[in-house]
Amino acid sequence: MMDAVAPIPPFETFYAEHAGEVLRLLRRRLGRDRADDAFQETFLRALRAYDRLTYGEHLRAWVLTIATRVAVDAHRRAGEPTDELPELPDTDGRPAYEELAFLTDSLPPKERAAVVLRYGYDLDYEQIAAALDSSPDAARQAASSGVRRLRRRIT
Amino acid sequence: MTVPADLDRRFRDAAVEAHLLDAGYDVVDSPVGPLLVAATDRGLLRVSFDAGGEPEAALEQIARFAGPRVLRAPRAVAVAHSELDQYFAGKRRAFDLPVDLRGQAPFTISVLGELAKVPYGHTRTYGELATSAGSPKAARAVGMVMNRNPLPIVLPCHRIVGASGSLVGYRGGLERKEQLLRLEGAML
Repeated sequence: MMDAVAPIPPFETFYAEHAGEVLRLLRRRLGRDRADDAFQETFLRALRAYDRLTYGEHLRAWVLTIATRVAVDAHRRAGEPTDELPELPDTDGRPAYEELAFLTDSLPPKERAAVVLRYGYDLDYEQIAAALDSSPDAARQAASSGVRRLRRRIT
Repeated sequence: MTVPADLDRRFRDAAVEAHLLDAGYDVVDSPVGPLLVAATDRGLLRVSFDAGGEPEAALEQIARFAGPRVLRAPRAVAVAHSELDQYFAGKRRAFDLPVDLRGQAPFTISVLGELAKVPYGHTRTYGELATSAGSPKAARAVGMVMNRNPLPIVLPCHRIVGASGSLVGYRGGLERKEQLLRLEGAML
């Protein structure tokens, strides 16, 4: 039995709620000048995926993950090192995945993001795909290979 | 952190240009108060007098009809905005805008189609409009359609009056109905 799900808010509401934080993250990662283009790209990516979302939970974690991916792409295009991990935010001050962090920190970035978004934030694969700029199948694959890797490590 | 106005505006324009919105809207000032005007790729979707204060409820209603990608985007309603400005300045007597009536019942669509033909500065009664929509006994039902008109002003439900010539009712309030009819020179 599923809990009652939050409806998807109109995009304007979502944007108004998160635009400031997204810009702050991007300025920190890219500097003031490059952050502007990345800001636009982040919310255009979110718009492209928004009508495929199935419920309105954890939209903050979702959009901050998109922003992080956009920043990584910008670094890559500029030929800068991109080994930094996606920055996965706390939800309402509640670190949903903190207990898993010591495990997931060692995963490759895409697998880590997929595992944390799936099992820490309970996002579905459509949402994760949009955040990682890949397909739902690829997101599912990243999550399951991440879980396999963790299982091997634990046992 | 507040997003600088030019950056905010650039994103909103880009969203319209990329056709990524289910509906774009803006709040347009007018002599009858602020109007929330929304449009889709198909045409004008909503004109609402509930633009003041929290537009949340209006946005959710737009999202129910069009989809969740509803964004304030002046460019999406630029043509409607300028036609409304011309109308209120007395320089436009008919709107030249495609309309998006998705989700409306067939009877509603046929009544609104007849309503659109009522000329500037003239009035019809509810009964007359019912007759021209092919349902002469449906004056009350026509009244309901007027009350729920998704595009007031553009689809001129303010031109529909009672059989005695009294104004009867208006979703936006009788004061606005009278104001619109005076603007058009219909109330002498």
